[in-house]
Formats: sequence, structure tokens, C-alpha cells
Amino acid sequence: MNNQGRPTAPGTVEDNELPTISGDRGLQHEVSLIFELGRPGMTGVDIPEVQMSDARLGGLRRKGPVGLPGLSEPEVIRHYVRLSQLNYSIDAGLYPLGSCTMKHNPRLNEKMARLPGFADVHPLAPQQTVQGAFEAVSELMRWLTTLTGMPAVAMSPKAGAHGELCGLLTIRAALEARGEKRHKILVPSSAHGTNPATAAVAGFTVQEVPATEDGHVDADALEAALGPDVAAIMLTNPNTCGLFEPRIKEMADAVHKAGAYFYCDGANFNAIAGRVRPGDLGVDAMHINLHKTFSTPHGGGGPGAGPVVLSAALAPFAPLPLLVHDGNEFQMIEHADEASDGAKPFGRMCAFHGQMGMFSRALTYMMSHGADGIRQASEDAVLSANYILASLKDVMSAPFGEGPCMHEALFDDSFLEGTGVTTLDFAKAMIDEGYHPMTMYFPLVVHGAILIEPTESESKESLDRFIHVLRTMALEAKAGQTARFEGAPRLAPRRRLDETAAARKPILRWKPKELPQAAE
Amino acid sequence: MSEVRYTDQHEWVSLDGDTATVGITKHAAEQLGDVVFVEVPEAGRKVGAGGEAAVVESVKAASDVYAPVGGEVTEGNKALADEPAKVNADPEGDGWFFKLKGVSKDEFAKLMTKAQYDEFVKGL
Amino acid sequence: MRYLPLTPDDRSAMLNKIGVDGIDRLFRDVPHSAVVQRSIFDLPDTQGELGVERALTKMAAKSKVAGSLPFFCGAGAYRHHVPSAVDHLIQRSEFLTSYTPYQPEIAQGTLQYLFEFQTQVALLTGMEVANASLYDGSTATCEAVQMAQRITKRGKAILSGGLHPHYAETVETVAGLSGTVTRSPVTPGKAEDIIALIDDQTACIVVQSPDVFGLIRNLKPIADAAHAKGALLIAVVTEIVSLGLIEPPGAQGADIVAAEGQSLGVGLNFGGPYVGLFATREKFLRNMPGRLCGETTDAAGKRGYVLTLSTREQHIRREKATSNICTNSGLCCLAFTIHLSLLGEEGLSRLARANHARASALADRLADIKGVELATQAFFNEFTLKLPRPAASVVDALAEKGIVAGVPASRLLPHDKDVRDLLIVAATETNTDEDCDALVHALSEAVA
Repeated sequence: MNNQGRPTAPGTVEDNELPTISGDRGLQHEVSLIFELGRPGMTGVDIPEVQMSDARLGGLRRKGPVGLPGLSEPEVIRHYVRLSQLNYSIDAGLYPLGSCTMKHNPRLNEKMARLPGFADVHPLAPQQTVQGAFEAVSELMRWLTTLTGMPAVAMSPKAGAHGELCGLLTIRAALEARGEKRHKILVPSSAHGTNPATAAVAGFTVQEVPATEDGHVDADALEAALGPDVAAIMLTNPNTCGLFEPRIKEMADAVHKAGAYFYCDGANFNAIAGRVRPGDLGVDAMHINLHKTFSTPHGGGGPGAGPVVLSAALAPFAPLPLLVHDGNEFQMIEHADEASDGAKPFGRMCAFHGQMGMFSRALTYMMSHGADGIRQASEDAVLSANYILASLKDVMSAPFGEGPCMHEALFDDSFLEGTGVTTLDFAKAMIDEGYHPMTMYFPLVVHGAILIEPTESESKESLDRFIHVLRTMALEAKAGQTARFEGAPRLAPRRRLDETAAARKPILRWKPKELPQAAE
Repeated sequence: MSEVRYTDQHEWVSLDGDTATVGITKHAAEQLGDVVFVEVPEAGRKVGAGGEAAVVESVKAASDVYAPVGGEVTEGNKALADEPAKVNADPEGDGWFFKLKGVSKDEFAKLMTKAQYDEFVKGL
Repeated sequence: MRYLPLTPDDRSAMLNKIGVDGIDRLFRDVPHSAVVQRSIFDLPDTQGELGVERALTKMAAKSKVAGSLPFFCGAGAYRHHVPSAVDHLIQRSEFLTSYTPYQPEIAQGTLQYLFEFQTQVALLTGMEVANASLYDGSTATCEAVQMAQRITKRGKAILSGGLHPHYAETVETVAGLSGTVTRSPVTPGKAEDIIALIDDQTACIVVQSPDVFGLIRNLKPIADAAHAKGALLIAVVTEIVSLGLIEPPGAQGADIVAAEGQSLGVGLNFGGPYVGLFATREKFLRNMPGRLCGETTDAAGKRGYVLTLSTREQHIRREKATSNICTNSGLCCLAFTIHLSLLGEEGLSRLARANHARASALADRLADIKGVELATQAFFNEFTLKLPRPAASVVDALAEKGIVAGVPASRLLPHDKDVRDLLIVAATETNTDEDCDALVHALSEAVA
């Protein structure tokens, strides 16, 4: 568990600006909750009134209203447009969230995902009627297996963590088929929290592998931890410190020699796609976050997609459904006994076949880039991160030396020591400068971590401007000019929010005024 | 007058006869930040030394609280459910977590003294 | 490449600043033998918009689009009309291209709609609290079972035979690891005696209503029986529009509601992405999986929203988290929430009534066909027919004629001989009178 906290109660600030009459400020509006708007009987969708009888409702007709407000279409549109204006976005600015990969989301992807032949098709429609959708899935599978050098891919996982679960359940099934019960998963201390959480959900126990002083996984400690009870290692490569693991093949060999499998967290595949094939590194299973490497939009937190590529050893155990081509047309195998000889699917990850809407976007992205463009994108992402590292390391503090890094640059907070400014203050001050903060306090292995991932989508001018702002901030903090950090942000739609109060007395839904508030 | 000892998991325990009171140290409370939730054990539960006995959470962090010494829980500090802020305000007083009876003096004696704990924290 | 802004000169200047003489130097930690050349990939090069659009449009045209023909498939995914405003709004840059709202000062748009979404889900399901969504209905059901196992400290989950078989398989795959999962027999169109299966080892009973055959189930007696044994009732809803017309699970004693929200705002999408709805009672809040958004104030005293109670989640609790999920279905919840806001109380009620009226009228006409029986007496917008011959062959024959008649039950339960002749038919507001005429006519011919 993470037992290192940070300030979450903001105190109070004086707002010295002359208040407006409306409460709004120029383009920035205060937005009521939708439940505080509207009037009974109004609707934004015209649906004819129909006569119906209750005879076929089993005596279970709803007894009271739901409690929804009534609004016309213009009111609803205004409400959500105004809400949107309170958000930062990639389209509006550099979004340097390390480990999240906020790259450009091409609009062609959106257009292609809405082609009726992909979007307006039902998952249980007769299979002969949905061949176009199957072809798109199959084409994406070809790109994913080719780029990773792996023979198979399971498409149904709905996000990265779901992919991790799929990978571990595949490994579990493979071990069972070998007649072995191995209960332990090795996870490096720098891993994403999902890794240990997934291992626990999949019924394994977790043993942590330490990191070395230079930010790599301690390969010697890993080898020492291997044994007949170890089912797999879950390793992120490039790792969460933004470094490629130089001893990766050696570690993979040791893992295989011990009879275990190598699960690679593919969250950072975007640094190496087109240049390195995980299959060549000895990986047995790896999820690919389509919403990171292949740019399906993050959408404010999902939906994602996490297909899992599998080695020949694990491929037979991939979950249902399975997409095959019989030489004539595509067929979706939905039940284990319809699968070909040798296939032993471990079960089912979700109701249907995965995130089609994300598949069509990722495929569009891949076809647009081509194999050469994907390689160039990886190189540009790594180049940009190293450019930031090189341009900031003299004024900020890079815990793992001179570099090079991969697609993200990691700093710690030692450059802020004695200034009274914390990583949190530094991040919040970036908001006033028009930037989304970087990832902070992750990975846990570095104190006050500052993890910057510029991605390949920024021009040099944009990077130079960002570097100038961060350099100036760092120098000011060190010179004792801390005014811009105190209580920042000052220029956002909201000042710092009281997360302590939110957690102590949770209010998780609106309730009508006459009723007492919930969750107390 | 009761004696207070400390663990490397940042719990304190004060012993009065064979009854112990357990909480988390000022250092632990500061590390966690504003405490927002505490789960204390029910009376009657038996815990061994080093066993998980309670949970403490801030907004960004969580920690299990282990019993520094074995015994039977006689009382959990119910007041913390409504006022978790007490853990920050007075971690080694009002912010106590639970009381144990049937505590072994030998187990207690193995724990760190105040001076040893302060030294331990300095070294972190 | 149109998406990559760096020029060759930029790249040289940047390498210069870094102090290396080539990009390969930045990849120095990659074992030499693992570096591959472009030529190893049998994949095409960069392509302009026009070329990509042409290729994909051609590919998509090989599918028969649901909206272009009489279409009656349901069984967990329903075709509804989505107002134009929904797609316009979810494509706004600030919603589409933002991340999880971890910096609340500049993410109030996302946070407020999540708070509104949580409120809407709680209201619809009749529950006290709802989370900010999970992947889909099936994974939400699985999470609900695991949550019940944690709360009751019991392992046994009993799944109703009316639970969508794909949901049941999903639950067995994952929740089967943390306990035992048993399925009660399939009794199409009838409520099985699930109460008899509840014992004092039971963590939860999982009942879908309307169930996979369309049957509206009375949950109250099951909830009472479960509670008497210390077990929880998990209610599953795959057609959320039904709650505009029928009594919500919360009012019938459900402890957890796991639902699919796809019907509102999201569309068919060939199975995903969808949006999992998850609601429960306040006392179970800390055992809940998934993100939660809460109301608070900022330093200047203004109302605002933040993600809260995150200590349940994987990024803090790691292997002790309530779930490994670290995302929600953000943009799909936005679509859901906008569609429901457009409908409002009146619109939702009208939509639900229109669906029921359409399905009832169609059921009557189909049941009049000689040899065809209506197997579901109480339903919302979906019902099951018993045909005089295997339903799969009928569906194939009608598909040849350009009519998608529904989902044959044998596709979901291939080993159950008793369901071989059953056809699951859904009718929504999108089905026209002409669509229904075509189905009645073609089915009459097919079974004659």
C-alpha cells in the first residue's frame, strides 16, 4: 500500500477580484447541476404519446417518478457546452502526463469509428451479416501481432487492467494444463498499482522485487526470487521510471528457466513500437493500451481497450470469443467446444467481443501512420522526452543521472528542497501557466516524483516554450520567489479543492433540498 | 503511570498493568496527511503481535495498523468514525485506536523506547 | 506524416542539445539483437486520409447495417435512437481529449457530469449511491459478485438461469476464483425457484430483470429470502430503458444493481465500448469498486467536485484494492447522461411506453402465426417465441431475405436442447410498422 500522503485540505483564500453580478466571468460560466434546472413536463426529445396497457408488466409497473428534470434541447446543449469549457484537453494544450500518453487524437479515427458498418452492428447479429466488422477486427489483430512479433492476440479485454487480468488468467490456465499450481507473482516496486491488484484478483499472491539505485528492476534479486512457486513476473518495459530494462532478455531467460511466464505491462509500448518487438524479448503476454499507444481518445477516463498479445506457449488458452477465418468467411467462436483442436480457452472476459469502437479508431491510426510512421512516432516521443530531460536537468533534479530516458523524463523533488515549494505546488502553478500538470508522486520509488511525457505530438516551438516556463519556475522557486506557488492555481475555474472534506463526509449524489444530504 | 513503547510500523502502545492502548505515532499521522477514515476492531477480537488490527486512510494514502503486542480487544475508539481528524490533532492521545487486555510484558519489553524510535525515524 | 510536427532540422537540433549523434544512441539500453528494421514488418507505409477512408469505408460496407433493415436483435444490446446532440457534445475537444480528472481545478466539466451521472443512475435504479461507471454490464455483474463475497465473507454465488449466459460465463471466469459460482436451471419465460437454493453459505443471488428471455421478474420475495439467510441480492438490468416503466430494483430490495447502460446514448458498436452501471446501498460504499466523484468546496468557498474515496483503489491499495479496475467508461457515461438529460422524466417515460407498446403489439401478431407460441408473458421490449423448428435456421433463412429476426437462444446456450426452438425478439422505438409487417410476413412463411 501507499502510505505516503500529501496535503489535501486547501485552507481558504481571499478572492480580490471585483465580483461580477452574474457570478460568471467572461467565457467562464458557473454551471448549475442539471437537477437544479428545467421544469416538469419539458423534454428535449419528441416522442409521440402512445396508449399501452399494464397487462404485460407482471404487476411491476413503476409506482413513482424517477426524479429527472425536464429540459429542452437548447438548455441541455448549453449546459454541457459550458461544462466542457471547464476542462483542459490535449486539443487545447500540451498535456505532459507521464505514464498516460496524451498524444494527438486524429479526427479521422472518430469519423471511421462512426461508419455504420462498424458502429451500427449488433454483437449477436447473424455472423454472415457482420463480415465487415469482423474484417476490421482481424486487420487490427494482424497489425498488433506483427508489430509485437507475437503469434496470437486476445481482443476482448476492455482496458489495460482488464488485459492484465486476461494475461494472468491465461498463464493460470497454462500452468493448470501442465498440472502445476504456482501461486506467486513477482512485481517490481515501481509497477503500476494495477499489477499487484490484478494479481490478487487472479488469485495469486504478490512478492515485490526491489529496484536498483539507477531505476531499473534488480535483476539479481529477481533471479533469486524465482522458484517452483512462481507463476509469472509482471514487468513494465520501458519501466515506469521511463527507462528501458537493459537486462530484459536475461531476466526473461531466467523466468522461463524457472518454469514461469513473463507478463509484460505494455503501457509504455509507445516508446518502442516499430523498433522493438516484445516477442523478441521473451515476452509471453502483454496488453496493449490502444488508448495510449494507438491514440484512441482518453475521453475523460475511458473507455479504453486492452488487447493482449500471447506467445505460442499461451496462445491455446486465450479466452472466448475467438475470431477465425475458414477460407471463405470470418467466424466468431463463442463456445469452447466449437474451437479448433488444441484450443483450451480459459473462459470469457466480458459479454461480447471487446471494444469495437476503439478497434476501428486504433486501426485507422495504424493505417494512417503505417509501419514507418509508427516507428517515427516512437522515436519522436523518445527524442522529445530526452530533449526535455537535457533542457531541465541543470535546474531540476533527475534521480537517475544523465539519461537517456525513453518516452518520459523523471525528476524528483530534491531541487525544491528548502524552498518550501512542494511537487504539488509546482504542479498546480503549471495550471496558471496554461499547462496541465505532469504526473506527480508516481512512481513511488522516487521522492516527490515529477514524470513528464511530452509525446510525439508537440512541435519544437511548443516544447521550447514549455521548457522555458518550467525552467523559470524552478529557478524562481530556488531563488525564494515562491509567490506564484502559494495557493496555486489562481487562474483556473476553481482554486484547490478540499479533498479532505470530500472524503470525510462523502456527498456522492444530488438530493432534492427537502431531503437530508446523503452519506453522513 | 503507564509506559509507552513504539514499533517500526509507527504504532505506539502504552501499557497499564496488562491492558494496552494502541495508536499511530505523530510521525505516521504526518506522513499520511489528513486522516479521513479509520476502521477499528470490535471488542472481543483476539489479535497476535504483528497482526492486522485496524485501518487508517487519508485522501491519498492508506495503511494497515498492526497490533504491536498480542491480546484481546476490549474497545475500539468509536469516536474516530465521526471525527477521524482526531488522529492528526492528537495522535498519541485522543486519537488512540484500540485497547487490548491480556498483554504479555515480555512482548512489550521487546519494542522500541521513545529514544530508540526517535532515532529510528531520524534514520528514515 | 501529418500527425508528427517535428522536422528533420528540429530533430537534429534536439539531438544536438541532448549531446548525442543519432536517435539510436537514445535506445542504447535496448539489446542490440532486439532492434528490428522497418523491413521486418509486412505492413504498409504512411497513408493520407483519403486512402485510409477509402479502404475502411469499403471494409465497413461488407456489414449489413442494423438501421438499414428490419432488425430485432436484443439479448443484452439494444438499438435505440440517439439524439444528434449527444454525438455532437461528446466530440467536443474538452470532453474527448481530456484525461481522468485527477486535477480537479481544470476538470470540473468531467467531474460535474460524473456527479450528475451518479445521481441519475442512483435515481433510475432506486439505490442510494452509484459509482462513475465500470466497463460494461457483464463486468459490472462480476464486480458485484466479488463485492458480495467481500461483504458477506462467503464464497458461494448463485446465478439465476435467466441471467444472460455471457454474463454468467464472465462471472464464472473471474468470481469463480474467489468462491464458487453455481447456475440455477434455465426456465425460459418462467421464474425458477431460486429461493430454494439459498443457504447460509450463500454470498449472493444474481437475478436479471427483465431476464435474458425478456421476462420481468419479481425481485422482492428473492430479496427477502436472501436477506433472511444473510445473503445479498444482486439485480442485473441489461435494458436500462425498462426502468422508465417498471419498478426499480432498489424498491424491490436489491442490495447491488449491476446494469448495462448502452441503450442510452451509446449505440450498438458491435459489442463495445458500453457503460457498466453500478449502484448499491450506502452502508456498502467502502466495498464498492470503481471511481467515485464527490462534492466539496474550493479554497474560495465555491462548490466543486473531486474524485474521492480513492483509497479503495489500486493506485493506493495495490494488492489490497477492492478491484483492479483503474478506469471508468468516461465518454460513454457522458453520452448516457446527455441522452437521459435530453429525455428527462417525461421523455424517458414516453420512450419506455413506446417500447413496450411496440413490443406488445408485435408479440401479439407473431403469436398469431400458426405453430408460434409466445413464451414470455410479462416483458418490457423483448420476448421469447417458441417456433416449430430450430430458431437458428429460421434466423439464417430470414437473414437471407434481409430481415434480422432476433437472437436464437441456441446461440447463447448451444448445449441446452430445450432452447433450440426459442427465438429472442426485441422491438424498440426504432422499429417501424413496415419492419414489423416484414417480420410477421417472413416468419409466417418460414415456419409454414
